[in-house]
Amino acid sequence: MAATVLFWVLAVAAVGFGFAVFRLGSMAQVTFALLASFLAVAGLVLLLGLGYLGVVIALMMVIEMVIMAVFMIMYMMNPAGLMPMAMYHNKAGSMTIAVGTFAVLAAGILLVHWPVRRGVPPPDPTFALGEALMSGQMLTMMTLGVALFATIVTCVVLATNRGRYDRFGDDLRSGPAGGDGR
Amino acid sequence: MGEPVPLPAAPDALPLWWVLLLPVLVGLAAWATTALDSAVTARASGRPIGPVTAALTPVRESARLLVGQRRRTLAADRVLWRLGAAVLPVAAVLAAAVLPLGSRAVADLSVGVVWFNAMEVLAWAAVWMAGWGANSALSLVGGYRFVAQGLAYELPHMFAIITAALGAESLRITDIVAAQEDLWFVAIMPVAFVVYLVSAAAMAFWAPFDAPVGRDLAGGAAAELSGVDRLVFAGGRWLLTVVTAAMAVPLFLGGGTGPWLPAWLWVAVKTAAVLAAMVWLRHRLPTVRMDRWTEFSWIVLVPLMIAQALVVALVVLGGGGGM
Amino acid sequence: MTLQLFLLAAAGLFAIGLYGALSQQSIVMLMMGLELMLNGVILATAAFWYFLTPGGSDGQVLIVVIITAMAVEMAAGFAVVTAIYRSRQVDMTDGASDLRG
Repeated sequence: MAATVLFWVLAVAAVGFGFAVFRLGSMAQVTFALLASFLAVAGLVLLLGLGYLGVVIALMMVIEMVIMAVFMIMYMMNPAGLMPMAMYHNKAGSMTIAVGTFAVLAAGILLVHWPVRRGVPPPDPTFALGEALMSGQMLTMMTLGVALFATIVTCVVLATNRGRYDRFGDDLRSGPAGGDGR
Repeated sequence: MGEPVPLPAAPDALPLWWVLLLPVLVGLAAWATTALDSAVTARASGRPIGPVTAALTPVRESARLLVGQRRRTLAADRVLWRLGAAVLPVAAVLAAAVLPLGSRAVADLSVGVVWFNAMEVLAWAAVWMAGWGANSALSLVGGYRFVAQGLAYELPHMFAIITAALGAESLRITDIVAAQEDLWFVAIMPVAFVVYLVSAAAMAFWAPFDAPVGRDLAGGAAAELSGVDRLVFAGGRWLLTVVTAAMAVPLFLGGGTGPWLPAWLWVAVKTAAVLAAMVWLRHRLPTVRMDRWTEFSWIVLVPLMIAQALVVALVVLGGGGGM
Repeated sequence: MTLQLFLLAAAGLFAIGLYGALSQQSIVMLMMGLELMLNGVILATAAFWYFLTPGGSDGQVLIVVIITAMAVEMAAGFAVVTAIYRSRQVDMTDGASDLRG
């Protein structure tokens, strides 16, 4: 009973805040609406018994959304973010596609004859996950690690405006100017 | 399709009514810390005050803030502003839920370490929202400073707490305490302990990491907060300080283990010691600029912590743990 | 609480995210739409794991992969926005349509 109530509250919150992301006028509020949606989904994941993953989603999304807010305010047209904003293109078409997608998905969800449940959750899903990542799914884990590392390098290269020799200024023999990334 | 299992909690968690007692306990600890801090401040300023005056200072200050008027600024983002101040104490108390008070915690989650980390990270959002919402340049700069500082301290901090979990081979805080029966973790992972304390100070934007609310910004993220908002924000910060300091006890200082005294008293004594050290350091160190701290943190502390985690992993493997 | 309800919520999140990703002009807002879509995928995966194959760990591993994908997406997205803004002050998708066929 409590779980059902919790499910409805969290599901409505997740979808409602998700909708608010594209309705609110202030960019800061938009970002934190997205965070609220993520936290609601984290709650739903917890509800399904995935303790570790739910908490990790919450942890990661808080950090990610705060950083997102910084970038958001850096790059959006209206830096104050306190005026109404409307930056849309092809609103009607997008809405049609989105509603159509939802209709197709919903039809599939309701019409497909889902298979019956196989197995029961392990007593400690966290342990099961760790064991899987460190044995059977080791290759997945290693791929993820390499992908993350590649992302770090790529993103730094893309985002920095300095080349290899720019960091010391014109005179390559001079010492570092100080600060990060010298 | 059966009912889903909630977060697996240990059967020996504290009874449910402790949920109500927990904020009171943490609040009392915060009160004591504030009193100590005001005593130290008064002594440093050359006009020492007695213990009674020191104990009353937080009360008087709270009463003053409670009757004070809430400031309004032009075109403030009121929702985020109020939310920012309110999230801070809530996050602190939620993080305290996994804290073993004695030998048991209010909620002894199987992923306690991660839960603690997730709750304390809410401070990022809280301080940034408080800084942003006022629509004031100085407080916004303070909010940004805290995000920058957060990026600096979070990586070594995560390594520090995960090293403790690694040493105990469990994410459950009471398991971590149990693993320290013979030897406190501070002995086999001293670097992690120091890094944890430093990052705890940074997380509670406590000197020497108080640049986000620094004087050069006229109060930074808290610049425009007054009245009850300021009370909630400042109180939340003290609560966060207490909780992060208290978490050092189960992670590195053996929790409630110790001779003669009962477990809860040992926890209280050790927490008080950590807090006293933090208060003392607060008045001893100048504010660190977060760009310098970032550089030190990433270039020195992160490799150091990886090495520390490796050493602990080897110790655990050598001690017959692992596979 | 059934699989269908969880999946409907996930589909709702996915559709809202899709709407945002298609309709927003700002690149950062577009990324928010993508994140919301992945949010729905996480929810659906967790539901599939719990209601269909709780015995195995593949569902959990898949969630880890999705979370990583989100982190990579955001980092790469911001790097691209930074690079494109630096070179020509563009922060809208309509300003970066050079590869249009």
